[in-house]
Amino acid sequence: MRFFARRLAFYAFAVWVALTLNFLLPRLMPGSPIGGVLQRLSPSQIQANPGIIKTYQALLGGGSGSIWHDYVVYLHRLAHLDFGVSTSNYPSHVSAVIGRVLPYSIFLVGVAFILSFVLGTAIGMVAAWRRGGGFDSVIVPVFMALSAFPAFFTGLVAVYVLGLKLHWFPIQHAYDSGLVPGFNWAFLTSALRHSELPILVIVAAYAGGWVLNMRTVMINTVGEDYVAMAHAKGLRDRRVMTRYAARNAILPPLNGFAAQFAGAVGGLVFIEYVFSYPGAGLTLQQAALGNDYPLTQALLLVFALCVIAANFVMDLLNVLLDPRVRTG
Amino acid sequence: MTVALSTLPGEAAPVAERPVLEVEELVVEYASRSRTTRAVDGVSLAIAPGEIVGLAGESGCGKSTLGNAIMQVLRPPARIASGRVLFHGEDLVRLSGEQLRRHRWRNVSMVFQSAMNALNPVLRVSDQFVDMMRSHERVSKRDAVGRAGELLELVGIDRRRLRAYPHELSGGMRQRVIIAMALALEPELVIMDEPTTALDVVVQREILQQVRELQRARGFAVLFVTHDLSLLLELAHRVAIMYAGEIVEVAPAAALRDDARHPYTAGLLSSFPPLTGPVERLSGIPGSPPDLAAPPSGCRFHPRCPHCVPGDTALHRRQVAERPVLREVAPGHLVACHLVEEGL
Repeated sequence: MRFFARRLAFYAFAVWVALTLNFLLPRLMPGSPIGGVLQRLSPSQIQANPGIIKTYQALLGGGSGSIWHDYVVYLHRLAHLDFGVSTSNYPSHVSAVIGRVLPYSIFLVGVAFILSFVLGTAIGMVAAWRRGGGFDSVIVPVFMALSAFPAFFTGLVAVYVLGLKLHWFPIQHAYDSGLVPGFNWAFLTSALRHSELPILVIVAAYAGGWVLNMRTVMINTVGEDYVAMAHAKGLRDRRVMTRYAARNAILPPLNGFAAQFAGAVGGLVFIEYVFSYPGAGLTLQQAALGNDYPLTQALLLVFALCVIAANFVMDLLNVLLDPRVRTG
Repeated sequence: MTVALSTLPGEAAPVAERPVLEVEELVVEYASRSRTTRAVDGVSLAIAPGEIVGLAGESGCGKSTLGNAIMQVLRPPARIASGRVLFHGEDLVRLSGEQLRRHRWRNVSMVFQSAMNALNPVLRVSDQFVDMMRSHERVSKRDAVGRAGELLELVGIDRRRLRAYPHELSGGMRQRVIIAMALALEPELVIMDEPTTALDVVVQREILQQVRELQRARGFAVLFVTHDLSLLLELAHRVAIMYAGEIVEVAPAAALRDDARHPYTAGLLSSFPPLTGPVERLSGIPGSPPDLAAPPSGCRFHPRCPHCVPGDTALHRRQVAERPVLREVAPGHLVACHLVEEGL
């Protein structure tokens, strides 16, 4: 229990650092934060959005002159999920925009990355167990070749071949136009159908890394004494592989998985761009291009929090799977 | 199974019965692309029911490989190139995967070299008992845990420790846990591969004492592999000395201590001090064990042998050209040495 309290305290601290950096960074820019932002806009843009100066002031905590006062206001507004108004989706609130696009990305990234991890480590496990066998010498190179291409390139090829030429998958958007998002059968099946190709591409691009990672660790684990003893104890081969070898070999890749989540955000922007998938990645790209600072800043904060959350979950999983961590 | 119970180490071995295990002309090779190393080269050895057989030799002489070969847990690139390992007359080398799986631990179990790494670090001790029992017999998890508790108490560990993970136990306790596991299915033979090497001397004593008591009470046979010959002279009924992949001398422990015939055995004996008597200078054995990929010609010990004097003598020609074979010099005492063959 003390262990959990310590971890929890650590993550609370990490969240606070992320929030505070998000508050401080615009203020560390030379000149006034608002001036710095407004300099990047053309005069016509400012004229077209009469509320823009107020919006930025609101976003940055009012500009009362005291940074401490601004900080308290900023935290207070965060607590109410108030990120101001999105300039590129005027007059939508930033929180509404994020609420609309984030579920798609969480679904896409969650399913695709977990699937590539599970598939990759399973293949790596079997390949290492039958090292040099047929499976090892055919399947592993295939996945390595696939992962040698960047995800957006694989994505473009997949869109062209599997979508445009073969018509196996819809090639863009998150659901058929004409449907209204909601919890109904038509929408959910359509959304699922539209996520297939992006998920396939992410798995193709990322599973290879896990195959290689797991295979390497597993080959070392197979040489451990407890695996030899498990064989000697007369356990069935499959049980030795899963419960003795893989159960130990999975720990390092699992820690790598949490670390990779941060990098996943970057990949997400490309994938959503290639598939015109209306998730947080595409929205971030549009917000950045459109100088929508409130939305950009809020999205970056959300990504940071997602990475922290993913690390927290992995940490708990690690504790669950490795008893030696608990006492440490 | 009546013979061995009262036998004390150092006394005569149990009356010859049909052996539990016979190794016949076993050859184990480690093959790599460029060369093949014979770690075990034509070894024959029999173990009677309830007998403690010691296997001693320097590091790299093939003694652990022999233990692993008997247990059939050799890892590639090691493989049995020829020879047989008979358990009650049945050749283990020819068993199918499932037959072998059923044989393991039930008939022959093994206490592994490193107490630190032989237990799965992420499973509770109880799970590692239950796993093994349920792989061999239909037993409820509850009953299996109950039996595991009894076994732990047998080796002097509180049964509440079943819930512990390996890293929560000391080295000595871990090795005791493994010994308890090795006895769980009441096998006829337990292979112990340097079971106490990683432990401090006091714990080592306690564990050996325990092994001896358990062996007397339960009557299983033991193949005890170690580099520590002094320990074997106390513990074993019979001792086999291995050098460069071959057995060079086998004798009852007392005969080996008092009447070692092979120069290598004599060298090992003079490598540790006697506990009583005058202080003597320890001589040891000059040189180091040979490379098994290219073993010396003739007698493999000849480059280090104090009795191998270069010169144009018949003895020296034999020593460098001819491999000596095991010959009986006294009942149950076999030596492979040209000196013995020549009656020197």
